[in-house]
Amino acid sequence: MTATESTDVLIIGSGFGGSIAAYHLAAGGAKVTVLERGPWLSAKDFDHDFLLGSSYTRAFDFVAGDGMSVLGGNCVGGGSVVYFAALPRAPRFVFEKQGSIGRRVWPGAVNRDTLDPWYDRVSEVMPVTQQDWNDVTYAGGLWAAACNHSGRTANPVPVGVDATRCTNCNWMMAGCRFDAKQSLLLNYLPAALSHGAEIRPLHEVQKLSRTEDGRYRVHYNLIDEVDYRVSTGSGEIDAKIVVMAAGSAATPPILQRSEETLGAMPHAVGRYFSGNGERLNTAIIDEERAAELLGLRRPNGKAYEANQIGKGPVVACWDFLDASLPEYSRFSMEQLYFPPGLGTVLAQVPDATGPTWFGKEKKEILKRWQSWLTVFLMTEDDNEGVFGPPPPTGNAFRISQQMLGRGTLRYDPTPNTLRGWAAADAEVKEILEKDGLAKVMPWTNDVVGAYTVHPLSSCRIGDDPATSALDDRHELRGHPGIFVTDGSAVPTALTVNPALTIAALAERAIPGIVDAARERGVDVTYGAPLPKAVGSSVARPAA
Amino acid sequence: MEPGSDEDRTATLEAFADTIVPGVKRFPGDRAIAGVVDDPGAVEAGALELLADPASGVAAGLAPLSQALNGHARAYAERAGLVLDDGVPPFVALDYDHRAALVAELTAPGHPERDGWILLAMFSNMAFDIAPHRHTAEAIAEGHPGLLAIGFAEPNTDGLWRFPDFSYGREFAKRHPNTTESGSPE
Repeated sequence: MTATESTDVLIIGSGFGGSIAAYHLAAGGAKVTVLERGPWLSAKDFDHDFLLGSSYTRAFDFVAGDGMSVLGGNCVGGGSVVYFAALPRAPRFVFEKQGSIGRRVWPGAVNRDTLDPWYDRVSEVMPVTQQDWNDVTYAGGLWAAACNHSGRTANPVPVGVDATRCTNCNWMMAGCRFDAKQSLLLNYLPAALSHGAEIRPLHEVQKLSRTEDGRYRVHYNLIDEVDYRVSTGSGEIDAKIVVMAAGSAATPPILQRSEETLGAMPHAVGRYFSGNGERLNTAIIDEERAAELLGLRRPNGKAYEANQIGKGPVVACWDFLDASLPEYSRFSMEQLYFPPGLGTVLAQVPDATGPTWFGKEKKEILKRWQSWLTVFLMTEDDNEGVFGPPPPTGNAFRISQQMLGRGTLRYDPTPNTLRGWAAADAEVKEILEKDGLAKVMPWTNDVVGAYTVHPLSSCRIGDDPATSALDDRHELRGHPGIFVTDGSAVPTALTVNPALTIAALAERAIPGIVDAARERGVDVTYGAPLPKAVGSSVARPAA
Repeated sequence: MEPGSDEDRTATLEAFADTIVPGVKRFPGDRAIAGVVDDPGAVEAGALELLADPASGVAAGLAPLSQALNGHARAYAERAGLVLDDGVPPFVALDYDHRAALVAELTAPGHPERDGWILLAMFSNMAFDIAPHRHTAEAIAEGHPGLLAIGFAEPNTDGLWRFPDFSYGREFAKRHPNTTESGSPE
């Protein structure tokens, strides 16, 4: 009988949390194995195509729960391959929130000042670029002009986009064909590979158990390349250290399934899920008013009609990121793009006499699609989400061959969250309906529940064992040697896009993971230089 | 139509898709499409082809869903005091407004069967908006009714999209006064 495979550090997931750990540990001398449930795609694989089986379904995960649906990455590079690359830092008041637990939710050791050096590091690697108004797209400019018209400020958002390569095609959610969007395939991952880290795609971790000599045994299924509902085999790898970075919607089910073998998990595993307080509003712009009121004109003579053009979110209004406002009332408003299909089905008809999200009147507003402006609200929610018992495999009962599944997350917004949503909706409406510029309606929450592209907090750090699953070093309480570095570790909604915060927290966690590895006899050091970007997204090595 | 027949099922599913994104009748006497608008909708956009596509994962559920929908339509008609034409499946016999009202009930939060109806509705919508059963560039070239209706731009000749004209190039607003040096909120 052959011995089980073994490695020093087993990393689950290759998004921000996994890639950052993979680089530093491999560069420090550890043997690193990364198991990624999704496929390994790079620039040439990123399609401009809505055909099922194209990159937008290969690399994307849409899991509908009970009251909340979650979108996430499903590929080597994880969320960084499908994200919009908006990279702001979280405002300092976020770290002081008390939420509904009556005490500071974030660990005392973490605040904007202590996190800034880690933000600096990630900002250097990606790199984060500050945009000027020549980079700002039509949709972003329109949003900024409308904000200004209402006496509000508007900021071009710091982004991880190379403006010299970007074609403003707005296909970035399917992966960037032009390698303009800075995904992890351009920095941390190639650097990890160059130091000997191994990345295995289509390996979906199911659960952990223990070996007789006190290491962890990681159990995975092999996933069919086209039909993700099909498993083509399974295996196990033993490791001294496990870094979980499967994402906020996938890390909890793995730990839930592991209770049988590892013993009880902290109460907070699979609880306190936050959708970053998100919701979307659609504005249907009156083109004539846009020209008259805001002086907008494009070279082709139109005022706007440019919904399809751009690179996702470029302008945000931060007027409500105000530390003097009470909790649950702070939010940012960011112009966004969402492709048709998922980006149209939930939009509602203003002043509907019939059904609001389907039917005759909906078809009429669909015909105005190029005059749509989508505004993204990131508010403060109440960490209401709870994961039910895990499905038999993975994080969902998969419905379609790719992308679509039914999960176990239950979400029921509290009055705090509902008030925050109502206030944010009202502000967007006031800005965009002023002087007849547009008609605005929120997306319905009735079809797939609330929805988020920024799932967080479902296995969070904190100082209070009753309400946190990890200590402030990201180690899983009661299970030494297991660390969690993905969005599930982030304790609360952030009022801004989370990628830079997730990455900064992961960077901050590395010294502690290195120490834990050394304690277990792994010959690894900390202090490798930050990775340098490469010219093209790293492809799967030839066999 | 023979109850439970393929014809029956096709007409029922077409009528559902037509309720989500209505279209013009394909021919006089087209009962599945209600004909409440004068341009093509989800049915002509290929909703049934998409629903039957193995990639969607709903093909096996179409027969039971079709039967269930007609059962609900019969019950709806009784509640509403309607007499249904028995030459077509019950859902097909309903006029557009009644079909829409029934679909709204079946997809409402709390309905015990809503999963299946939501799935059918989402795929009907997607068939129209993005034609996921076709390569997008080809669909546009072939005049796909939904992509044309939403005004989705054509790609470049290499099949990729690029928009060199993308910015007004003007400063439209002042940045927030507490913006940090790194361009983030304070």
